[in-house]
Amino acid sequence: MKIYLSQDSAAKALCAEDVAAAIRAEAAARGIAVELVRTGSYGMVWLEPLAEIDRGAGREAFGPLTPEDVPALLDGTLPGLGPVAEIPFFKRQTRLTFARCGVIDPLSLDDYEAHGGLAGLRRALDMSAPEIVAEVTSSGLRGRGGAGFPTGIKWDTVRKAQGDQKYIVCNADEGDSGTFADRMIMEGDPFSLIEGMVIAGLGVGADKGYVYLRSEYPDAIAVMTRAVELARAAGLLGRAVLGCGPSFDIEIRKGAGAYVCGEETSLLNSLEGKRGVVRAKPPLPALEGLFGKPTVVNNVISLATVPVIFERGAAHYASFGIGRSRGTVTLQIAGNVARGGLFETGFGMRLGEVVEEIAGGTASGRPVKAVQVGGPLGAYMPVSQFDTPLGYEEFDGAGGLIGHAGLVVFDDSADMLGMARFAMEFCAVESCGKCTPCRIGAVRGVETLDRIAAGDGAAVALLHDLCATMKDGSLCALGGFTPYPVMSALTHFPQEFGQSREAAE
Amino acid sequence: MPVALPDATEDELRAIIARHADLEGALLPILHELQETYGHIPAASAPLICAALNISKAELHGVISFYHDFRDAPAGRHVLKLCRAEACKAVGADALAEALLRKLGIDWHGTTGDGAVTIEPVYCLGLCACGPAAMLDEQVVGRADAEKLDRLLAGAGA
Ligand SMILES: Cc1cc2nc3c(=O)[nH]c(=O)nc-3n(C[C@H](O)[C@H](O)[C@H](O)COP(=O)(O)O)c2cc1C
Ligand code: SF4
Ligand code: FES
Repeated sequence: MKIYLSQDSAAKALCAEDVAAAIRAEAAARGIAVELVRTGSYGMVWLEPLAEIDRGAGREAFGPLTPEDVPALLDGTLPGLGPVAEIPFFKRQTRLTFARCGVIDPLSLDDYEAHGGLAGLRRALDMSAPEIVAEVTSSGLRGRGGAGFPTGIKWDTVRKAQGDQKYIVCNADEGDSGTFADRMIMEGDPFSLIEGMVIAGLGVGADKGYVYLRSEYPDAIAVMTRAVELARAAGLLGRAVLGCGPSFDIEIRKGAGAYVCGEETSLLNSLEGKRGVVRAKPPLPALEGLFGKPTVVNNVISLATVPVIFERGAAHYASFGIGRSRGTVTLQIAGNVARGGLFETGFGMRLGEVVEEIAGGTASGRPVKAVQVGGPLGAYMPVSQFDTPLGYEEFDGAGGLIGHAGLVVFDDSADMLGMARFAMEFCAVESCGKCTPCRIGAVRGVETLDRIAAGDGAAVALLHDLCATMKDGSLCALGGFTPYPVMSALTHFPQEFGQSREAAE
Repeated sequence: MPVALPDATEDELRAIIARHADLEGALLPILHELQETYGHIPAASAPLICAALNISKAELHGVISFYHDFRDAPAGRHVLKLCRAEACKAVGADALAEALLRKLGIDWHGTTGDGAVTIEPVYCLGLCACGPAAMLDEQVVGRADAEKLDRLLAGAGA
């Protein structure tokens, strides 16, 4: 009998290790042979720890499991969930980037290849650098880290740049609250990121890659570090990629607990061993990036999506989505939600459909009040905006942003003034200190919101001014976008700021 | 986090620095290993790092003070990080943290009187679909409640 059990951090946080120990102990006590395979997560966090049993007729899912469930699990008497593919939350997805996550042993290159891995790289090895970049451009892939910049255009700039040394830097700083797609893919399918970085290297002529991985993710660091070692041993990385290509190698570097280091130029300074202060642009990192060399900086999901684009073809990827948002979005549904987790789907689904139908509303059972989309710099979207389709331009039009595609759900007990205050507090704590409107403005913002909370209605006008100053006078989106959560909370929930609706608008 | 941290000898410090000094951008890897070994960045390492990487004392201090991870004095024997970010707030992280801090009689970044545990805020652990989230040293905890935290702290000797 084969048992697959998720080893993702979220499963571990819900006691998967206790379940693993119980399975081993129970199997030993019964004297039966159980092969326990640890996998990544399918992303259905409310069902974690989730295990699948294969008794010879395919994998059947069980969860959420406790150690006490294990005897019945082995007896075959525990009620199950059926095949994962038939679970409604899973069935409605289009899994491209996450196709292997949950299915395979993350550290088995054989498993990886058996499930389509390396096919994209083999195709890329037969292409010229301009052809590789053109394939990415025509897939319509846009940066999944936040800004949504077309990945192919960025790569082309680096490809054309002159330089004796070029770099591929993977941004694995994933600091946004409500996001965990980078973590999940690094823990559950690390070779897809490695393969994507190798293809990027071929496309732009870089032979060195760095993964800047936040220190808050010790499990992801361990898996990625091991995956790089295995990739080197197998010749996927090293002097000749897959035995025939140019050289490419990757180093994993650990962040040090600064949110702003997710901003690409701050990240580059940090990699260079400096304070993570944001750099003014120009020069673009594509031209003068790491150590002044032409550098691709891409998010984990952007890079981990590259292999499937080459495996299935750019046209296949681009066939999903709406408008200028092509392919799939890897939504992360979080907060006060009945069914939270990772949901990959073509762009275009309505926000409300995701929150109400797929996620099943709140965990508390109370009405949904608002959803913060796109991390701590994203707007609070009230139920009245639930018709907004998930697309970069569509969200921009609604005064919001998709960002790294985290959705944080709040029920009607949420204190919106408190959340606005927190946005300012977070900005003050994490500011790199370079611009006054961000560094000082955020501190003033906290004070101003405290005045409003104390009943000083006149302070609301001050808050408006402060947000306008931060928006205009900040070098990066930390200071520049903090007004989004603040102003959206004020606009949609004016009563909580002591305002009538008309006054707020 | 090791329970009994060794005292740093100059030879050991030099060895740690030398292990990374040839890397591109060696400073963060050096600081991380120092902190993992000693629980903080020992003051005695400063002149050695500056000499090895050819940077000034001010630059080094600037870097150490910029990042939340690095400390110049040891923390408690264990570090409990409690997530304070939005997704965890949506499921009651604020009340949970307040109650724990009150019970331990310390504030954020504080250490219990017996030196057993330091409580640090963290802004997201990537466990946002099973919050409130926490991390004791490197052990992740989801759907934290007062009882789970009590058990963890008891296990940590606090
Ligand atoms: C304050 C701040 C934090 C950011 N954090 C991240 C992050 O954690 N991960 C990420 O990929 N991008 C982050 N970004 C966006 C990056 O600056 C950059 O746009 C991205 O890494 C480019 O990769 P992409 O084009 O693949 O998205 C952040 C930006 C800002 C302003
Ligand atoms: S907006 Fe804030 S974080 Fe961004 S560069 Fe300016 S001071 Fe630094
Ligand atoms: S917001 Fe708490 S773990 Fe992400």
